Order: sequence, then structure tokens, then C-alpha cells
Amino acid sequence: MASIAIAPARARARTSLRQWVGLLYVLPAVALVTVFFVIPLGMTAWMSLHNWPLMGEHSFIGLDNYVAILRDTRFWNALKFTFYYTVVVTIAIFAVAFPLAIFIERPRPLTNLYRTAFFMPAVVGFASASLLWSWLLNVDSGLFSPAAYDLGLTEKKINLLATFQPAFWSIIAMVVWKVAGFTMIILMTGLQSIPQDLQEAAVIDGAGPFARFRMITLPLMRRTLALALILSVAGSILAFDQFYIILRGGPRNQTLTAVYWIFNQSFVSFKLGYGAALSMVLLVILVALSLIQLWLLRKPAGLDD
Amino acid sequence: MAEAMSQNRKAAFSFARHSTGIIASVLFLAPIVWTVLSTFKPAQEARQPPLPPWPTTGFSIENYETLNSFGDGLWASAQNSIYVSVMTVLLSVLVSVLAGYGFSRFRFPFRDFFFILILSTIMIPFQSILTPIFLVLTKLGLHNTLTGLVCVYVTLQLPFSIFMMRNAFDAVPREIEEAARMDGANNVTMLLRVMLPLVWPGVVTIALFAFLGAWNEFLAALVLMTDQSKFTLPVMMTALQSGRFGAIDWGAVQAGVTVMMVPCLILFLALQRFYIRGLMAGAVK
Repeated sequence: MASIAIAPARARARTSLRQWVGLLYVLPAVALVTVFFVIPLGMTAWMSLHNWPLMGEHSFIGLDNYVAILRDTRFWNALKFTFYYTVVVTIAIFAVAFPLAIFIERPRPLTNLYRTAFFMPAVVGFASASLLWSWLLNVDSGLFSPAAYDLGLTEKKINLLATFQPAFWSIIAMVVWKVAGFTMIILMTGLQSIPQDLQEAAVIDGAGPFARFRMITLPLMRRTLALALILSVAGSILAFDQFYIILRGGPRNQTLTAVYWIFNQSFVSFKLGYGAALSMVLLVILVALSLIQLWLLRKPAGLDD
Repeated sequence: MAEAMSQNRKAAFSFARHSTGIIASVLFLAPIVWTVLSTFKPAQEARQPPLPPWPTTGFSIENYETLNSFGDGLWASAQNSIYVSVMTVLLSVLVSVLAGYGFSRFRFPFRDFFFILILSTIMIPFQSILTPIFLVLTKLGLHNTLTGLVCVYVTLQLPFSIFMMRNAFDAVPREIEEAARMDGANNVTMLLRVMLPLVWPGVVTIALFAFLGAWNEFLAALVLMTDQSKFTLPVMMTALQSGRFGAIDWGAVQAGVTVMMVPCLILFLALQRFYIRGLMAGAVK
């Protein structure tokens, strides 16, 4: 790049004209992002200040939608439930994925086969996985309740989806089954990036496996851990498919997530302006999360990673 | 003596490792295998709990046939899904290869601004801008069309795929280009004949992610496709599972889930290397 600066002026003019061609190459991408992302984003902010029904005129109402959000206890309940779900499912995913990552970290016989098997549910879509589990969890035609009944574990077939606790934990089980393999791969890359001789030196110094894990593995995996954590948290806050498909927000609307509530307000009640204001709240939460991510993933000062 | 002990310990360790591996593998694979096996039961048997999972009263593809009788049929939704996924792959590859090349090899005004603009869209959840997307599509006359859905899916792929492609082009030494330019190659031949073969692995990776993303996406398809003839597989199957076509036929649900899962599993097994490479690229940066 620096060599361009020393070139004669005319050649430079020609070069810079040639460089402008680059704009043509990126134009389709910029156009798509502008039309289908930047403009809608601006519109969300604009619409959130309006009373905007699907049909008929919309009218400017200032911050009224936001005032209404403050009083919308069902939205706050949905948000509370979303955070509760996020914390529980993230802990559950890590509790399964971390041991699996350690299990497949080193190349030993059949490791690749195990890794592939653990990862298979991760390539299946959330909608497919939810439909699959909605069948397994069904009380009459499914697997779990009839199997428990046949084995004599329960006196009658229990409908797992009828009350909050079993329904909630069924979803957790399904999500862990689907996502653990993905988190495992990310954690594995972190484990593999730890230099082998560091661990060996610690063994020579007499450090036990737990000391090594705490003093070497965890600190050196900070960025990988942060990444896996943020991916899990962001994904869980936006959870929708599994709660819509398996539970329809039930039992008794106890499992409505934030995105589900926005979906209901916008596309079932058609309160587009109010839905936009709710979206702004969700957006602020996720952007804040992204900023935390950038901070957690920063390269350690003075270290070239 | 000591050697025999360590031999024993090694065998015990290996046994423990493989038992753990096999049990865990079975747990992860069981739901998938269970479903696929159950789909081949006759409809009558498919309504019963899947114990055992394999057909006991004869092999049948009845479930797949019934699936075709709901609404516009499974085949119509499958065609919609295939169309949307293939178009998303083609368009997102085209747009990201061009943009990746542009961002990697040219210096033009606002280059960094545009690059950061595209990448930063990954921070904003698309779930929060679905309503305006709906209105924009209506304005463009793309409301309730598969083409409109493709445009949305391509846009969602761009931050990842442009990032991947720019890195792929960055890794190609400039000497190769200069040599080709000496031979009189212009920009387009350069990109197609010289550069594309060198960044091919990156193209496969972004194509794979675009396909899986479009094939599996649910919420945008649910919101944007209001006409049943435009439903993609996940939306169609959810309608079926919610009892929209009368009593829920679980045999048909299993068959539909199988149709949705199998292409993903096959693509992953065939292109695993490229999938993991994409994950790593996302994880490391």
C-alpha cells in the first residue's frame, strides 16, 4: 500500500481510479444490507414512536409505547422468564459440553467418530429438533411417559407438558441435546490451543490435575470461554422456536419468552408500533451484550495472544 | 510386574473411555435414529408409543404418503424449502465473493466504513426488525414471495460470509495476481480464473452455512410467508403438528421431521471439514 504513495502523480490518479472499481464489487452487499437491515433498523426506532395498526393510518404518539412497556407486566414476566431460562440452560450446556470437550480433545482411537456423533444434533435445525421432541414428549404417542409407565416408574402416563416444572426441564433437556455438541467444538479449539509443554512443566512441578485445570487451562481459555458463553447467552435470550413449537408458550403462558411476546404483539395482535418499542428494548439488551463480548474477547494487554 | 500393572491400567482406562464414548454417542444419536426408524411403521402403529422404535407390524411408507395429503402437500413445501435454500446459497456466494474480493484487493472511499457496517449487523438480532422487514417487502412488491424470503436470508448470511471471503482473498499472495495481470488478465477473468480456485474451500464453507441457515430458519418464514402455498417445511410441519389439519398425525410429523433432518445430516457428514473450518473461523476471530 505504501508504495502507491511514492508513485508519480499520474500513475497514482490512474491507480486510484482503478481502486474505485472495488466499490462496484461491494455494492450488491451494501445495497442488500441497507435495504434489508439498516432501513428496517431505522424504521423500528421510528415505528416505536407511533400507534401503528396493520391497517389504517398510523399516528405519532411520542414515548407512549415506552410508557406502556413500563406497565406491561406480562412483558416483564416474559423477560424474567427469558433470563431464568438463559441462566439455567447455559449452565446445563456447559456442564455437558465441557466434559465432552475434554473427552475428545486429544486424538485417540475413535475420537473423531465420537466427536461426529456428539455433534450430529447441532446441524439439525431448532424447528426440526422441537418437532421431534414434541413427539417424544407427547403423553399418548410419545416415548418418555409411555416408557416410564411401561417400566412401572409411574402409576399412570404423566403429561410432561401440562405443568411448568416438567415442561421447562424437558425444554432444557432438548436444548442441551441439540446445542452441547456445538459448544463442545468451540471449547475444544480453546483446549487445543493450550501449549502441551506448559501442562507437562506443571506435571513436573508436581501440580495435580485440578490445580492444572484451575491454574493453566481456565486462564488460558478465557477468550474461548467468553465466546462460548456469549453465544449461548445471546442465543438463549432470543429463544423462540422451541417454546412456540413444543409448548405454545404454555402451560398457562408461563413459558412466553421475550421474542415470543414481541411476536404475539406484532403479528397476532398487530400492534406494530408497540411491537417495535418492545423490539427496541430487546435490541438494547443484545447490543449491550455484544459490547460486553468485545470487552471480554479483547486481546490481553502486552500479550500477543 | 510393574509393566503388567501399567498394561492393566491402560486397558482399564481404554475400556472406561470407550464405554463413556459409546453411551454418550447413543444418547446423542438416539432421538434421531428413533424418529427415522419410526417413520417406516404403518400409520396405525405410528400412533402408538414407539416401543420398540422399529416397525413390528410390517414395513410401510404410508406416513410419507399421508404427509403429502395435508394442505398443498409435503412435496410443495419441500420444493419451497429447496428453492429458498438453493437460491440463498447461490446469491449469498455470489454477493460475498464479489464483496470479499472488493474489500480485500481495492482501496476505495468508505471501504472500512462499509466493511464495519456489514459486520456490525451481526450484533443486532434480526428478530427485532422483522416488522419493518415485512413492510419493506410489501413496498417492494415482494410480500409473501419466496424471493423476498431469499433476500432476507442472504442479508442475514452476509456478515459471516463476507468476513470469511475477505480473509480467504487476503490469504492469496499478491504475486499470483501480479503475474496474471502481466499475462493480460482483467479484473473479471482474474477473479473467476485465478482467484476463485484458490478461495474454493471458503466458498464451500459459506455455501454450507447458507444452506443450513435457510433450510432450518423458522421465525422469519413463519412471519413473512402468510399464504400456505408459500410455506417452507418448518412452517408447514408446525402447522401440521399444531393440529391445523385436524387431529395430529404423529406418524406424519415423524416423516416430516425426517425429511427436514436428513439433508442437513448428509451435508454435514459429507462436508464436515468445511463446517468445522467455518466454526473455527468464527471462534478464533
